Amino acid sequence: MAPVIDEATVRHVARLARLHLDPDEERRMGVELSGILEHVDVIQSLDLDGIEPTTHVISLENVMRDDVPRPSLSAAEALREAPEVVEGRFAVVKFDS
Amino acid sequence: MTAHECVDALHAGEVGALDLVEATLGRVQDDRWGSFLAVDGERARARAREIDAMAERPPLGGVPIAIKDALSTRDIETTAGSRILEGFRPLYTATCVERLEAAGAIVIGKTNMDEFAMGSSTENSAFQVTRNPWDPDRVPGGSSGGSAAAVAAFQAPWALGSDTGGSIRQPAALCGIVGMKPTYGAVSRYGLIAFASSLDQVGPFARTVRDSALLLSHIVGRDAMDSTSLDWTEPIRVPDATDLRGVRVGVVDELMGEGVELGVRAAVEGALARVEELGGEIQRVSLPTSEHGIATYYLLAPAECSANLARFDGIRYGAHLDDAAGGLLEHYEQVRGRGFGPEVKRRIMLGTFALASGYYDAYYVRAQKVRTLIRRDFAAAFAKVDFLLSPTSPTVAFPLGERVSDPYSMYLSDVCTIPVSLAGIPAISIPCGLSEGLPVGLQIAGPAFSENRLFDVAHALEAALGFDPSPPGMA
Repeated sequence: MAPVIDEATVRHVARLARLHLDPDEERRMGVELSGILEHVDVIQSLDLDGIEPTTHVISLENVMRDDVPRPSLSAAEALREAPEVVEGRFAVVKFDS
Repeated sequence: MTAHECVDALHAGEVGALDLVEATLGRVQDDRWGSFLAVDGERARARAREIDAMAERPPLGGVPIAIKDALSTRDIETTAGSRILEGFRPLYTATCVERLEAAGAIVIGKTNMDEFAMGSSTENSAFQVTRNPWDPDRVPGGSSGGSAAAVAAFQAPWALGSDTGGSIRQPAALCGIVGMKPTYGAVSRYGLIAFASSLDQVGPFARTVRDSALLLSHIVGRDAMDSTSLDWTEPIRVPDATDLRGVRVGVVDELMGEGVELGVRAAVEGALARVEELGGEIQRVSLPTSEHGIATYYLLAPAECSANLARFDGIRYGAHLDDAAGGLLEHYEQVRGRGFGPEVKRRIMLGTFALASGYYDAYYVRAQKVRTLIRRDFAAAFAKVDFLLSPTSPTVAFPLGERVSDPYSMYLSDVCTIPVSLAGIPAISIPCGLSEGLPVGLQIAGPAFSENRLFDVAHALEAALGFDPSPPGMA
């Protein structure tokens, strides 16, 4: 039986995801996520004992490279798309303002 | 003209890169299909003049190409179909695009897509609808719908797309062209705006299999900027096979039954008859776990996307708030709440849920284990046959608006392509006929690294099928 996503769970998950939802979105999200979970919950019924999870489809050993300097963006370039720059740095909103 | 015809004409001196760019821009500017989000005509013309002035033309000669807007292009607006990136001009170009430009391809513009490649109809683009050149009231498929429509409508000879669960193959099928997803890791993902990193792969759209192979040949291989990119020791060849003698082809039982439209099945069965005429051997095979592909994918891909899309915070680039009175967390929540569309929010929420404490083992880890079973199914099938055939999409192009209000019905569009993505193997979709006047795609999948043989099979079959990829009223 798939869990039903109530609005309290929606609000909790939205907070974890740093996502503002308005009350109408919260209501719809609960219904839609519950519906999707009902479909995907089929994997609960499979016997998966002893099966290794796949984390990567093509086996690769650790990929290393030589630690040598190479050209990179200048500070000015890196800041070009920033909405707000203060003293040559990204401006971050105060945690509590 | 096909890309091959363009390249040949350029090298023969019959046409200049600027002529081709001008002709292409003309068709791009009359964008009845809504294929393009950004077009940089001046940049394309400047590059064409540069190439035309070279003593020796580069290999691709100056042939135009369209690029999915998920791929970063330096100084050309790149949004991935999202409001949160509106106006964003990347500081660097994706490796695959850079390689194409170095080989003499000219970027003509950026194509529409479902927001962050999440969708199967391109209707999740924050900016515009893209129409199917075969029927303007129908979707082009997605998420790379703009690239597919552009190639199908002769706005570009070829295009790049990206495929996570079917986003190249399915729109190619619905638009009657060739779409190919290479082995995971074949093409660098550096500069591809990430959706689900264990699945994302860049690949070609073209009107012929030979063009598709030519395009892939220029973008495969290891890139120091993507640690998952692979050394590619056997160069991709342009195929020339004319028969399928000795080729063992498996027809996937689970993907030929319920849920597949009769007209789609009939067209695929027609292609199977051609396989036999060409000397191929057909047997039925089973991928028993593939029926759980969608469930597995819609846990793993959202989980990965919820992590990948955490970077959109309104601080370093992209949309921001002028008034952040509520502090940093409030700022993040508001920027993201306003910047992301409904499907992206759904996937972030679903993924965050699947990774949350208390649900992680029941959802995320179990899905990773089912992925192992799906890979084993393919390995078992490839012990018996060389390639697997199925429809690419269970239906032809569906009407605009039909599935937007029911997320799960949209997810079912990718039932045939998702298992292949989860296994990380290459697959190509070629058009194999019409059903109710709309194109049907045939998916051919092979083991990892079988690209050259896959192109050979697809090319031989394409010739035998003789499908004309020109939508009604176009040539």
